[in-house]
Amino acid sequence: MRLPCPLCGERDHSEFVYRGDANVVRPDAEAPGAQRAFHEFVHLRANPAGWHKEHWYHEMGCRSWIVVERNTLTHEVRGAVTAAEHTLARRPAPVADEGGR
Amino acid sequence: MSGGQPNRLAEGGLVQRDREIAFHFDGRRYHGHAGDTLASALIANGVRLVGRSFKYHRPRGVFTAGSEEPNALVELGRGAGRDPNSRATVTELHDGLVASSQNRFPSLGFDVLAFNDLLAPFLAAGFYYKTFMWPAAFWEKLYEPVIRRAAGLGALSGKADPDAYEKATAHCDVLIIGAGPAGLQAALTAARGGARVILADEDFVPGGRLNGERMEIARTPAHEWAAKAATELASMKNVRLLTRTTVFGAYDGGTYAGLERVADHLPAVPPHQPRQRLWRFVARRAILCAGATERPVAFADNDRPGVMLASAVRTYVNRFAALPGRSTIVFTCNDDGWRTAGDLIAAGGAVEAILDTRGAEDIAHLRDIAGDAPVFTRARPIGTAGHKGLSAVTFLNANDRPVTLSADCLAISGGWNPNVHLTCHRRGRPVWNDRIAAFVPGSDAPPGMVVAGAAAGAFSTHGALAQGTERALEVLGDLGSKQPASGIPDAEDAPYAIQPVWHITQSKGRAWLDLQNDVTVKDVEVSHAEGFRSVEHMKRYTTLGMATDQGKTASVPAIAVMANLTGRSIAETGTTIFRPPYTPVAIAAFAGGLRGRAFRPIRLTPAHDWSKEQGAVFTEAGLWLRPQWYPRRGEKSWRESVDREVRQTRRSVGVNDVSTLGKIDVKGADAAAFLDRLYTNTMSTLTVGKVRYGLMLREDGFVLDDGTVARLGDSHYLVTTTTANAGLVMQHVDYCHQVHWPELDVHMVSVSDQYAQFAIAGPNARKVLRKLVDARFDIANEAFPYMACGEITVCGGVAARLFRISFSGELAYEVAVPARHGDAMIRAIMEAGREFDIVPYGLEALNVMRIEKGHPVGSELNGQTTAGDLGLARMISAKKDCIGKVMAGRPALTDADRMTLAGFKPVAEGEELTAGAHFVGIGREAKTAHDEGYMTSVCFSPSLGHFIGLGFIRRGHQRHGDKVRAVDAVRGRDIEVEICSPHFVDPQGERLRG
Repeated sequence: MRLPCPLCGERDHSEFVYRGDANVVRPDAEAPGAQRAFHEFVHLRANPAGWHKEHWYHEMGCRSWIVVERNTLTHEVRGAVTAAEHTLARRPAPVADEGGR
Repeated sequence: MSGGQPNRLAEGGLVQRDREIAFHFDGRRYHGHAGDTLASALIANGVRLVGRSFKYHRPRGVFTAGSEEPNALVELGRGAGRDPNSRATVTELHDGLVASSQNRFPSLGFDVLAFNDLLAPFLAAGFYYKTFMWPAAFWEKLYEPVIRRAAGLGALSGKADPDAYEKATAHCDVLIIGAGPAGLQAALTAARGGARVILADEDFVPGGRLNGERMEIARTPAHEWAAKAATELASMKNVRLLTRTTVFGAYDGGTYAGLERVADHLPAVPPHQPRQRLWRFVARRAILCAGATERPVAFADNDRPGVMLASAVRTYVNRFAALPGRSTIVFTCNDDGWRTAGDLIAAGGAVEAILDTRGAEDIAHLRDIAGDAPVFTRARPIGTAGHKGLSAVTFLNANDRPVTLSADCLAISGGWNPNVHLTCHRRGRPVWNDRIAAFVPGSDAPPGMVVAGAAAGAFSTHGALAQGTERALEVLGDLGSKQPASGIPDAEDAPYAIQPVWHITQSKGRAWLDLQNDVTVKDVEVSHAEGFRSVEHMKRYTTLGMATDQGKTASVPAIAVMANLTGRSIAETGTTIFRPPYTPVAIAAFAGGLRGRAFRPIRLTPAHDWSKEQGAVFTEAGLWLRPQWYPRRGEKSWRESVDREVRQTRRSVGVNDVSTLGKIDVKGADAAAFLDRLYTNTMSTLTVGKVRYGLMLREDGFVLDDGTVARLGDSHYLVTTTTANAGLVMQHVDYCHQVHWPELDVHMVSVSDQYAQFAIAGPNARKVLRKLVDARFDIANEAFPYMACGEITVCGGVAARLFRISFSGELAYEVAVPARHGDAMIRAIMEAGREFDIVPYGLEALNVMRIEKGHPVGSELNGQTTAGDLGLARMISAKKDCIGKVMAGRPALTDADRMTLAGFKPVAEGEELTAGAHFVGIGREAKTAHDEGYMTSVCFSPSLGHFIGLGFIRRGHQRHGDKVRAVDAVRGRDIEVEICSPHFVDPQGERLRG
């Protein structure tokens, strides 16, 4: 399999480490029900037959964590972005009166 | 006929008659020519019996002229490099080649296990499953060893492979698999269009069937056209032409695997060359031009030496000028089989008869080919005769009368099967085509792959050339390359006429389908009678197609027989799944250079050479070699050395190479905030110039790793990891930053290899260090207290970092210098320490001292322990979130009854402790239900004079003074131990602050 690293270009999969579902988001530890939310974050994974966004680590390359969109049935790869971009793009737009982060 | 080679034709063929080659088969010396295969040379020498079959030990001869060969498997070479199950049909003849037949005892001509053939009625499909069921205990001791001895083909030498293998990767625009007419034409077209082309063919001469046929392309002999095309391709800069290279697997993303036999055709592997090279081809597009394989027809005793595929007979006659038989009968159900008769006659061979299953009207247009040879229409062979080789064939003629003709060769053509294998390696399914009565590639070939020529069912030479051109032009279009002017050279375009016949049902006796695994039509019938309806089940039950040839000649006829039994069509019956590799690949080729010591890299610390000079004994730690202890003259056991190293360190001073620790440099405005989220404790409050012990959890709440965090500046930290987890922690911190908190301004880089680091420990550590650290740096206890750190210079200006941290429990420092100074640094430390009798200590002494201090390492941080288990619950800051904090609060992880870290000492003086022992209450039965915990680390403590241990036991921290048993069932030990504090030496930590 070949993976398109956003920084290094297309590389053989053997340069990467697989992690899994990139759709999960680390919950807020302060929010009510945090333990339940963390349980789901740590243990529950969608296992779709078809298109899936997943984390890969370019360990033998640029050390980027990337989000690869891959079809689990055909191994077709539709594209990849860095995990950092992916995370920032998913953040809700900041509210004006909310101070800092 | 050439001298000494009775069946070599006087002229013709592509062998180099001026180059004679001597070789051995079963101890006898023969001669062949350059350009021969072992099979063609044996045929030229009149050798017909080349092997014994797998199960019944039936005499077998060469059956094909290619990689699909089921019969002619031999052992090549002698000694360690012996290569079993090699197909004689693809083994290039070379000087000194030594081959021997397999699966016979004591000799090929007289094989005692041929007795199995008489037992055939009892050895049908499923025999093993039914017979060796009972008693179960007999299987391992009796049945299996006996079966293993009797079955199986060749054997490995059992010695290490003496040859080298390597792996290589190549990228291209177009990979063309197979260099027959379609492949050559596709390669010429693609290359002329400017594409980067790799053309790979398993044969040693490009051309495919063109070398085995008597025909013309562009009004020149076909093999000459092929040679010219190959020469042109080899001269083009954008083409890599690989012969002797089988593309054996298609994988995801346009990746293909190939095996290049670099030196198998040479008497010896040339210097600096591998024997074989495993290729990974990465291709934007692939054109599969793998050709087709002829198939036999099943009838009684169709397995004798001399029975051969019709196309193979042609290949031996046309390409190798070797005559498989003095008198040949051709048996066919299609027009193509007639070519064999025509070529035999043209070469001066004798055709005894042509048997065609079709009627007179179907073959009227072929009659002229036969010349004087009698032609029998609606003919069906029902048996053969001959002991170690064919002598006669009996068939039913058009009037259903049996006729027997003598012949020593029977050339069979049951039609052709496109080599669809690679189109199916990603679970594609071939589809049945009624017109050519064969499976052709489906529409689900791997993305980027197209198929041309016989592999796509285009069986005429013109068809192959045309498709090769067309597919290449399409691919060029896809790739946006220019379209070269292309012409298709003239070639025959005969229609492919076939009336498929799979099994002559009138024939009595065993009709072979799979020659290599000895599977007959009857076996398939038994499988059907037993209720196996799926073709996959039939395959497993009968073992059809499971031998080294993977049923290349057997599968489709067997599917047809099965379809007939079930009343389903062949299309409905379907094929079994095709998986890589297309042909067998030695495990050594997959391993490549990664064997022996090269399997994993070895990392050496900068002070390695020095340690070696001291005679250190090394051990592997992760990928590192670390000194385990430093034996001195007269010391009789490792314990003596280790005890001395510990005593001397605690008494005066010792030095340990800690360069292998993982080191991560962390910088950025948000470095402090980031580390607060990674570690359970707070790192943002650490003042510059100080070090803090840090604990990292996994997100599920268990401990991941521990180490120290040194603050070198406001926005600059240096963190250490354990040696074994250095890579894992780097991956973890990258994940946390890039996935969870990319907004943080922080950058990490591993500097594990950049620094050599030494722990100097013991009451005299400061005195030694004082002699090394440049005078302007104050390292007095007040100025540089416990847990201080700083950037200093040593030995007159060498930049260094100093950390006052202690793993041994002594007054201790770790000094780090750039790796290039590591060797000089250890020598300087030893020189400075000489007046204090400084000792280097190894990993064992380090381990003893950390157990004496109750510090956890990998044995305790085993992925099942929490901070609380380690007695470090207070290290989880209540004021902030960190990785793993929420999950660490789960009820089961905070259960008061959990096993927690404790120390253990034997109750009886002098008893030894063992790691891995389980704790059981005194007087209780040692069983799982009574298990209270386990011992993780033990050592003999020279400081205390007895064994000590660390382990986890239920509520261990509350049970100091209690006695339990340490039961080690593996080593047969059961002793009483007392639970105690894990801090055996200097529990108040006074020494390290001194």
